[in-house]
Amino acid sequence: MSAAEKKRSLVVMRQSPYGGSLARASVDLALAMGAFEQNYDLLFMGAGVLQLVTGQDSQKIGAKNIGRILTSLPLYDMESVYVDAAALDRYGLNEADLVLPVSLLDESGLRSFLNDADHLVGC
Amino acid sequence: MNYTLLVLSSPTSGHSAQTAAKFAHSVIARGHSIERIFFLDEGTTNGSRAAVFPQDEADKLQPWTLLADEHGVELVLCIASALKHGMLDETEADRYARAGATVHPAFIISGLGQLIDAASNSDRLMTFGD
Repeated sequence: MSAAEKKRSLVVMRQSPYGGSLARASVDLALAMGAFEQNYDLLFMGAGVLQLVTGQDSQKIGAKNIGRILTSLPLYDMESVYVDAAALDRYGLNEADLVLPVSLLDESGLRSFLNDADHLVGC
Repeated sequence: MNYTLLVLSSPTSGHSAQTAAKFAHSVIARGHSIERIFFLDEGTTNGSRAAVFPQDEADKLQPWTLLADEHGVELVLCIASALKHGMLDETEADRYARAGATVHPAFIISGLGQLIDAASNSDRLMTFGD
């Protein structure tokens, strides 16, 4: 592939929202990729799906509300975010519990989705 | 082949950051190139010139500074993460009235655009996390 060709990146979010500082850093990365008009998608896997849960209140731990930051993503031309359906299920969540409209991926869907990206950023 | 490396973990958490530095040296030894190495979140603490490691443990800083000094590799710390982790160069130390720089001069502090730009010019983007 030529370096000039626009690559499709996939940012994989696997961190719970407030367990460390990496979740916030990777949300910032996603926002920056939007601002720089990159061709990218966001995929939430594992504990990362908890970043999308509606009604987060992070005020008492002095952190910014990650759910709220994520709702600004569509402003950057992001049509959809992708979610590992099995992870949602594991946490007893469904689409109505999330701050954004999402596309669910099952196991085989995930595999091809990960394969199709030129670059993966695993956070 | 041209590589960009993204380092997420600190020098003291597991061996992922050390693996990243070794990988970078191997990439160059095999005739490939490094577009840039970007440090995000706790990864920014790899740039510390203040950390002191026990003498009977591997030097965690030198593998990075060698990459910059001998091979001209750009080592970039994410500014938002760096500031949070107390990683300041002279400019940032002055700006925030802190006692002095904590970042080794082989590293520079800049924004996430440096990662995005490097990745778009690279064949491979490798993430080194926990």
